[in-house]
Amino acid sequence: MNVTRVRIGALLATGVLAAGLAGCAASNTASGTNQSGGSTAAGTGTVTIYAAASLKTTFTKIASEFEAANPDTKVMLNFAGSSDLVTQITQGAPADVVASADTRNMAKLSDAKLIDGTASNFATNVLEIAVPPANPASISSFADLAKPGVKVVVCAPQVPCGSATETVEKATGTTLKPVSEESSVSDVLGKVTSGEADAGLVYVTDVRNAGDKVKGIPFSESDKAVNTYPIATVGSSKNKELAKAFIAMVTGSEGRKVLSDAGFGTP
Amino acid sequence: MTFTLSATLQARNFDVSLTLGSDETVAVLGPNGAGKSTLLGIIAGLLRPDSGHAVLGQKTLFNLDGGNSHFLPPHTRGTALLAQEPLLFPHMSVLENVAFGPRAAGASRAGALQTARHWLAEVEAAEFADRRPGQLSGGQAQRVAIARALATEPELLLLDEPMAALDIHAAPMLRRLLKRVLANRRAIVITHDVLDALMLADRAIVVEGGRITEEGPTRAVLEKPRSKFAAGLAGMNLLPGTITDRGLTSDGGLDIAAHPEDGAVPGQAGVAVFSPTAVSVFLSAEHGSPRNSFAVTITDLEPHGDQIRVHAGGLSADITPAASADLGLTPGMTVHFVIKATAIAIYPA
Amino acid sequence: MTPASAPRSKAWTARKTGRRDTGYTGVPPWVFALAAAGAVFVLLPLAAMVAKVNWGQFIPLITSEPSLTALGLSLRTSATSTVLCIVLGVPLALVLARASFPGQRLLRAFVLLPLVLPPVVGGIALLYTFGRQGLLGRSLELAGIQIAFSTTAVVLAQTFVALPFLVVSLEGALRTAGTKYEAVAATLGARPTTVLRRVSIPLVLPGLASGAVLSFARCLGEFGATLTFAGSLQGVTRTLPLEIYLQRETDADAAVALSLVLVAVAVAVVGLSYRRPRALPLQAGTK
Repeated sequence: MNVTRVRIGALLATGVLAAGLAGCAASNTASGTNQSGGSTAAGTGTVTIYAAASLKTTFTKIASEFEAANPDTKVMLNFAGSSDLVTQITQGAPADVVASADTRNMAKLSDAKLIDGTASNFATNVLEIAVPPANPASISSFADLAKPGVKVVVCAPQVPCGSATETVEKATGTTLKPVSEESSVSDVLGKVTSGEADAGLVYVTDVRNAGDKVKGIPFSESDKAVNTYPIATVGSSKNKELAKAFIAMVTGSEGRKVLSDAGFGTP
Repeated sequence: MTFTLSATLQARNFDVSLTLGSDETVAVLGPNGAGKSTLLGIIAGLLRPDSGHAVLGQKTLFNLDGGNSHFLPPHTRGTALLAQEPLLFPHMSVLENVAFGPRAAGASRAGALQTARHWLAEVEAAEFADRRPGQLSGGQAQRVAIARALATEPELLLLDEPMAALDIHAAPMLRRLLKRVLANRRAIVITHDVLDALMLADRAIVVEGGRITEEGPTRAVLEKPRSKFAAGLAGMNLLPGTITDRGLTSDGGLDIAAHPEDGAVPGQAGVAVFSPTAVSVFLSAEHGSPRNSFAVTITDLEPHGDQIRVHAGGLSADITPAASADLGLTPGMTVHFVIKATAIAIYPA
Repeated sequence: MTPASAPRSKAWTARKTGRRDTGYTGVPPWVFALAAAGAVFVLLPLAAMVAKVNWGQFIPLITSEPSLTALGLSLRTSATSTVLCIVLGVPLALVLARASFPGQRLLRAFVLLPLVLPPVVGGIALLYTFGRQGLLGRSLELAGIQIAFSTTAVVLAQTFVALPFLVVSLEGALRTAGTKYEAVAATLGARPTTVLRRVSIPLVLPGLASGAVLSFARCLGEFGATLTFAGSLQGVTRTLPLEIYLQRETDADAAVALSLVLVAVAVAVVGLSYRRPRALPLQAGTK
């Protein structure tokens, strides 16, 4: 009795799955024939991108443009902190392309001979002050952050945004007394959007991405610490042709536009 | 200085009124689920009745009549409860257990321990003072539990089958002890045991279905039972019915011939009571001098002392094993129970 | 019923002789195989971590100033939170186990919620309660109390996630103990507070102790709610788990070494004080 029921269930599941797959295949073929004329065919298959968390919005957009331009390709995206990306790739994660939020983590991969050639820098990012929309502590400059009573949240020096913060502090001779040193940009931003903190130091792209939940206050000293984003093909990639094509799109004009719309600078 | 109680509790179909003199011990008898433990729970304050009142000496334990809602919590009632299980606090020594009540009443530590020693000696358990409850036998633990209850100097001691959990070797000693300590104390004892009722109590009440069905001096209740339950306890057959000029017509329609006791009026409700030993068993109907012969179907046979007890038609007969074997008795057989008229007592119910 | 709780096992039941049980256990052999798999599943990752430890650098890594500060903060806050769990959890468990009132099941479900809730969600909820913009935060700030980014916030986060462990252990112990002893104590003249202090609590002390130890262990490991609600600042809010998370960014060796310290502390605390639940030494049998 039970066995029968399970079997019927399995059969049903298989049937539904098969039908679903058939549907997908059909629609793919249809769109493929329509667009094949204008595409720069760079091979077929799946390309897996490991990218820094701060690239989530832009790379998702670029990936869909890439899929549109290259029929019969599928882009898989994996976002994590840059040091996590390094750990994952070192442990043999099946990545074709890696894009890190800093050159230091990419250097680790490069030193370990896990990437092909040298990485190319495709974007820069600088710090910006994020304050709650009402700006309760009336922050207007980097020096304002050091005023007594201002609750500032920054990244811990161990993570890229934190080391950038330290660099700016040194360059400007300002010493911040943060109430918290978070381990990621999103944790800093969270403290600002929830109103717990009066100000936080995050990247300009994070401020842009947060929309009207926070207000961004650019400061001129931010150019003391410019963060550079490198991208490279992973040495163990099984689809290097497609990987190179994806990198080309990121560094090319299409990628450039998406990135600058999001607030990234040009290296 | 009397104790009076009147209480109803709908949820348990309980409605009992009761009065106790100052040094009186009452045995509460009754089948399982009759409401005996409910009675003690209500007196101790562990159960709240729907209505009624109870007064212990000068103290009103509860008064829920006529819109009153006076209800004393258990710890202020002075009614110590002794259960079937000793329930000694396992994390305290025997001495600390007995000192618990005096301590709770506000005695100093030293004073409470002295009181505890006195009561331990009283129940012949002084030697266990430093033991843990887990190191005592059931009888020893129950003696300590009695000392613990007595140490609170209760105005009314409630005992809920205090010997039911003991093995047969421990019971006699505890029964002697209880007889001594209850001698000049007010207590209510729930029991299933005729011997307990006879030895410990001045008076017995029978509770059935949440009501008192019989009440009187213990000996009288057992010698002249009026309820089926009391008759069963006394080991007697009892047939309720209506008294006639020749004897009694039972509710089941049997005509029983015997002399009703003096003062019994025909037409009055009464009972016919006779011992199982007075019943003879025959395979066929006897048409002779004994006029009481009833055809009955055997339901059970069981050993009873050195006799065989034959249960049939709600009655029982005690015969010798040899007689049982000769007759070839088995459950399901139809036999005739024959009782001499002189062996039957008929009196008003 | 045979007397008291003296171990009067019949000849054919399992009898304890020293540390070894001789006699029938009733556990089929394949259960042992699966149990072994379960044990390996838990122990293997720990062993893998131990294998990764850079022993040459181990002592300097774990005795670095940030590490010691984080460990000290973790122990201090966990101890405080455990006390808070006892103060709040014992009454909760008593009410859940003993009283009966409408909405009791719902209350139990909500008290136990942090057990299944991702700690981050707990952190967010606490933020909306005690944060500057939170339900109580504004009133607290007017009273001059600032919880955000303080050690108090860490304690609140830990208490929030650890409280159910104490309540569950204690409620179970209270239900197992039953109310018979308490009823007897009351008829012996003990007022409710005396009954609680001298009978109820001592009877469930093993349950209370194991609940407290579990709570402490949970506090020690608390990460998500703290990160979300309290922030991360050395000596103030950066507990050991947060320190490990941060060290991992730059110094994997330090992260592994500190993880091992956390494991060692947790194993020591739990192993020393969390014993097998003991059956209550009930006298005589059931009615």
